[in-house]
Amino acid sequence: MKIEVTVNGEHQSYDVEPRMLLVHFLREVVGLTGTHVGCETSLCGACSVMLNGDAVKSCTVLAVQADGAEITTIEGLAQNGELHPIQEGFWECHGLQCGFCTPGMIIAAHQLLERNPKPNEADIRRGIEGNLCRCTGYQHIVDAVQYASKKMTR
Amino acid sequence: MLRDMMANFELYQPTAIDHALNLMNRYGDDGWVLAGGQDSFDWFKDRAKKPRAVIDINGIDDLHGIRETADGIEIGALTTLTEIETSALIKEKYGVLADAARHVASPQIRNAGTIGGNVCQDTRCWYYRYGLDCYRAGGNTCYADTPEGIDREHCLFGADRCIAVSPSDTAPALVALDARMVVVNGDGEKEVQAEDFFIGPDVDIMRMTILQPGDLLKSIVIPNTWAGARFYFEKVAERNTWDFALVNIAAAMKVDNNAISDIRIACGGVACVPLRLTVVEEVVKGSPPNGASADLAASAATRGATPLNYNGFKIPLMESLVKRAIRES
Ligand SMILES: Cc1cc2nc3c(=O)[nH]c(=O)nc-3n(C[C@H](O)[C@H](O)[C@H](O)COP(=O)(O)OP(=O)(O)OC[C@H]3O[C@@H](n4cnc5c(N)ncnc54)[C@H](O)[C@@H]3O)c2cc1C
Ligand code: SF4
Ligand code: FES
Ligand code: FES
Repeated sequence: MKIEVTVNGEHQSYDVEPRMLLVHFLREVVGLTGTHVGCETSLCGACSVMLNGDAVKSCTVLAVQADGAEITTIEGLAQNGELHPIQEGFWECHGLQCGFCTPGMIIAAHQLLERNPKPNEADIRRGIEGNLCRCTGYQHIVDAVQYASKKMTR
Repeated sequence: MLRDMMANFELYQPTAIDHALNLMNRYGDDGWVLAGGQDSFDWFKDRAKKPRAVIDINGIDDLHGIRETADGIEIGALTTLTEIETSALIKEKYGVLADAARHVASPQIRNAGTIGGNVCQDTRCWYYRYGLDCYRAGGNTCYADTPEGIDREHCLFGADRCIAVSPSDTAPALVALDARMVVVNGDGEKEVQAEDFFIGPDVDIMRMTILQPGDLLKSIVIPNTWAGARFYFEKVAERNTWDFALVNIAAAMKVDNNAISDIRIACGGVACVPLRLTVVEEVVKGSPPNGASADLAASAATRGATPLNYNGFKIPLMESLVKRAIRES
């Protein structure tokens, strides 16, 4: 099926099989491998992307369901070579170790800060509850999101 | 097991209810309605279900959104759990439903998952989800209800060959709110009480709801009978996040002169249906919402419960939830 999508601001069109998952489309067809595949069962959140403004798990959406949609992946956050404040927060606060969960974690944090620019710690933990990290123990991720929140609301 | 490549299917993306119904009729048992996909894709990826046609209803505008009506509200089946959780109208008048929606899974799943899909989702019995040919899958045995079977998550009430439970967090809230499900098919439209919408294995062991192939859940109507009442929702799960309830509870209560004048209360995770606790309702009506009433209610709630090998803990758990619902609504 023919689909047209805007990925990170770039309008593109492709011909894909109906059963192709959005995450495989992004990684293998569009060639953006920043979005990771962890569990493939909607659990880990590594595959989170923004689809028309909502964070979703791209392993649980068909690529063809994104026809006409705007998609933002981790690659779309930095602007003109400058890290997004959330990315900067992860950098500054050691919000990652292996980095596998990071793209999804940042997308979840992005959605959280959009909906609640000044979250407290409990809000942050709730906001990223759909994302698993096996390395950091989460505390540094919470710090990173707090860093970003401060910077973005200054 | 190969997870990522789902079996092929014909995908349809109708934009009108009639068109969807035609397709559903044409494919019958071989067709699958797809809403937010948060339950469906698991089945497809495991190849435990392989429908020939997938009918993606997301393009049908008439199924979206929350509307105020003369005597309550109507929630389109495709309304997402995030929309329900954040709707000012629902939070103000039917807070128990917003609360229940907020307790489902995780933000990303609530962004995609719909209320229609949440009430129509299949049970989480892991033997069945794994694709075994148990009774519910059309076979002739139950793998959970055996001496070796791990039946921790399974039922206390209503076992009938199958001992699976209702997984939905919103279903008990809808029963407590006395909601009605609006079902459409080729013959027209009908409304069914939430309580009658869900069915146990005694009625049909292969389905969780009355929906037959060809039936589409169009919307959910919540009458204003309980608008602004006292509410209670609580869910206990193994983990704090993205986990299904071991037991959940939803209650709507009206109190006059410190006495419970009316109440509806329902539990999930204890039977194949969200179980309305009518005995509890009768026991506490007319009594104050205090500890003594809560104690009476709790023992009434679990009367007749039949624990399995590993789920006996659900009895005190359910009792605790009932107590808190009576005391803290
Ligand atoms: C990791 C994970 C954790 C979860 N945790 C929870 C939880 O804590 N609590 C909870 O309640 N749920 C939980 N769920 C289940 C999920 O929230 C629900 O399955 C979701 O709301 C389903 O909605 P959907 O629109 O995505 O359904 P879909 O997958 O699109 O549909 C589910 C089923 O309903 C049928 N259906 C959908 N809409 C209609 C309609 N309008 N008419 C007729 N049939 C229809 C479909 O054919 C399908 O059989 C979890 C799921 C996952 C993957
Ligand atoms: S409890 Fe029901 S769904 Fe689970 S194995 Fe037994 S028959 Fe199948
Ligand atoms: S890969 Fe999508 S949630 Fe884990
Ligand atoms: S940094 Fe390794 S999984 Fe999160």
